[in-house]
Amino acid sequence: MFFTYLGRELTKRKRQSALVATGLAIAIALVVVVNSVSGGIKAAQAQALSGLYGIGTDISVSKAATPGDFGHKFNIGGSDGRTSGAKRTFSKSQLRTEPFVGTVTDTQLNAINKVSGVTASVATLKLNSVTFNGTLPTFSQGGRQSGMQGGSFGGSNMPAPPTGGSDGAGGSSFSVTSFTVEGVSVTSSKVGPLASVSVKSGRNFTAKDSGSDVAVVDSSYASTNAIKLGKTLTLGGKTFTVVGILASTSTASSTPSNVYIPIDVAQTLSSNAGVYTNVYVSANSSTNLSSIKTAILRAVPGLTVKTSSELASTVGGSLATASSLVNDMGGWLSVIVLLAAFGTSILFTTSGVNRRIREFGTLKAIGWRSGRVVGQVVGESLVNGLIGGIAGLGLGLAGVWAVNNWAPSLSASVAQATNGFGGGPGGFGGHFGIAKAANSGVNIALHATVDPTMIFVAIGFAVLGGLLAGAFGGLRAARLSPSEALRSFE
Amino acid sequence: MYFLSEVTKTYKGKRGLVKAADGINLEINSGEMISIQGPTGGGKSTLLQLLGALDKPTSGSVVFGDQPMQSMSDRELADLRSEKIGFVFQSFNLIPTLTALENVEMALVPLGISKAERISRSLAALESVGLGDRSSHLPSELSGGQQQRVAIARALVKDPSVLLADEPTGNLDEATRDEIVGLLVKLWKEKGITLIIVTHDSHIAKKAQRHLTIKDGKVSEKKVA
Repeated sequence: MFFTYLGRELTKRKRQSALVATGLAIAIALVVVVNSVSGGIKAAQAQALSGLYGIGTDISVSKAATPGDFGHKFNIGGSDGRTSGAKRTFSKSQLRTEPFVGTVTDTQLNAINKVSGVTASVATLKLNSVTFNGTLPTFSQGGRQSGMQGGSFGGSNMPAPPTGGSDGAGGSSFSVTSFTVEGVSVTSSKVGPLASVSVKSGRNFTAKDSGSDVAVVDSSYASTNAIKLGKTLTLGGKTFTVVGILASTSTASSTPSNVYIPIDVAQTLSSNAGVYTNVYVSANSSTNLSSIKTAILRAVPGLTVKTSSELASTVGGSLATASSLVNDMGGWLSVIVLLAAFGTSILFTTSGVNRRIREFGTLKAIGWRSGRVVGQVVGESLVNGLIGGIAGLGLGLAGVWAVNNWAPSLSASVAQATNGFGGGPGGFGGHFGIAKAANSGVNIALHATVDPTMIFVAIGFAVLGGLLAGAFGGLRAARLSPSEALRSFE
Repeated sequence: MYFLSEVTKTYKGKRGLVKAADGINLEINSGEMISIQGPTGGGKSTLLQLLGALDKPTSGSVVFGDQPMQSMSDRELADLRSEKIGFVFQSFNLIPTLTALENVEMALVPLGISKAERISRSLAALESVGLGDRSSHLPSELSGGQQQRVAIARALVKDPSVLLADEPTGNLDEATRDEIVGLLVKLWKEKGITLIIVTHDSHIAKKAQRHLTIKDGKVSEKKVA
């Protein structure tokens, strides 16, 4: 009888049922869309970051450079280079850590690994291979110029115009080429830069590669610079054989570095024995990241430790705008609409009880206990909520489908250190410093994802709305005295 | 069946306290047919609600059988109503979304009996009031007289000891009134129940064995000639 009565009430009072269900449906749909878009944005952020930090990285550890370290310096002495007529050409190459980047020691790495909650870590040494090529006037050309400063500017004492150099008129030209080289573990790639790569040709590192002069190259860098499998590369004055071409599994980005070599080789070649620039940490639970971060900082003070959510905050561009829009406005809008829907449900259910006072009074008069009457009201309200929840879920899924089909792609830029050019000459020799920060930008299609648990959450919200409305309506019905209910109509 | 001793009932009205029952002493025996008359606001419905376990007296005692109702809990009063007391209201008070059969069935729900038995007893009750062929009709598809018949079937389907009717013909025309009164008297005789009717209509009151009048909350009884 419970279900017959319930079904009749909902179908005969269609207008009220539809209003309550519609209110809840809109709220639930909004919650589903906002949550799914938020999930999609998080996935897009992770996609943008995966190229830089690798899949599975929960915490990234690095260390800031010590003061006074301003990147690459090339000191060119007066006798450096090769003189050919009036030109002096030279080429200098360096392999060293990136500018403004400090290092983590083996001891510190062990301390990080001992922190409770850290399940795996991979340490790498990020290096820059910078080659400086230049053409200067010969020393004698410079001497003539120097002598010119002490001479007079009158009559026949005027010096002859300068010659030599890159342009034949005493000028100079310089070019700097650089690429990133990362020393990686050849045995573990659970986290870190090679955790999310596919082998395009050749192979990835194996344990046998330890101590060998072998390299794997990012496919984008390889294709831009015509680097083929089996060819050689010169790094820090040493020749490396390319044994593999790798690509990031993320469509949004390439791998973090251009070239990868075994970590021990990288440490030796760059004179950085026993140190690392980056530690990629995997944690046992994504909810513990904040406490693990604190524990790492306690174990090794002075490190720069960033959790995955903090890494996500480094993503810029329209993706970041969409993220803050969804998280701030979308979140609040969902809460407001949900509260409004709950309020409307409660209002309609309570007014429905008020309209049915005589009915409930009669039921009590014929022997229905208050609990049974309340159960009927709550049941009706609950079913109404469920209908609203299912409709809202359908509406929300349609909204997600629309977002996935019609939403424009989002641009993401991630702040990262890279190479540029700076500095200046100093006397006949000179030094040239290289350091600059830049952004890497990608376009990512927003794919709103529906978390299966979201379905239960949506239905849960609807049930909660129904229960709240039923509780208020039921309370009103329970308080009804049968005599007063009947008296008010007799 | 009923024993009322010094029963008073006061309500908070717009102009202060209203004494709807004022020291009522009354004994009603099982199987009697009693009419209650009196002016509007005199306390008729209040007395009926006290007898029907819908309300408790402010003071005094109302004993049903051997059960003092004033000391019973709301749950016990509900159980008493579900088993022993049938109600018929002036406005029929049928649930508009349920059919005639389902409306009658509602009275059996608190008794915890099976669906099949509920339906068979409800159909039999509708047959007994001459509406066996209207069981699937909604109240809105029935005339006033038919609706009151459904209400009578609902009141009698649980085989109560007492049937309380509050102005059962108040909303009916004269012909239908006679039909309903005839039905009530017939069922009273057949089932041997106690029938208490509140009415303004002397024509109905004359059918009763005892005539009570209530005015200003005080009950008096006229001797039947």
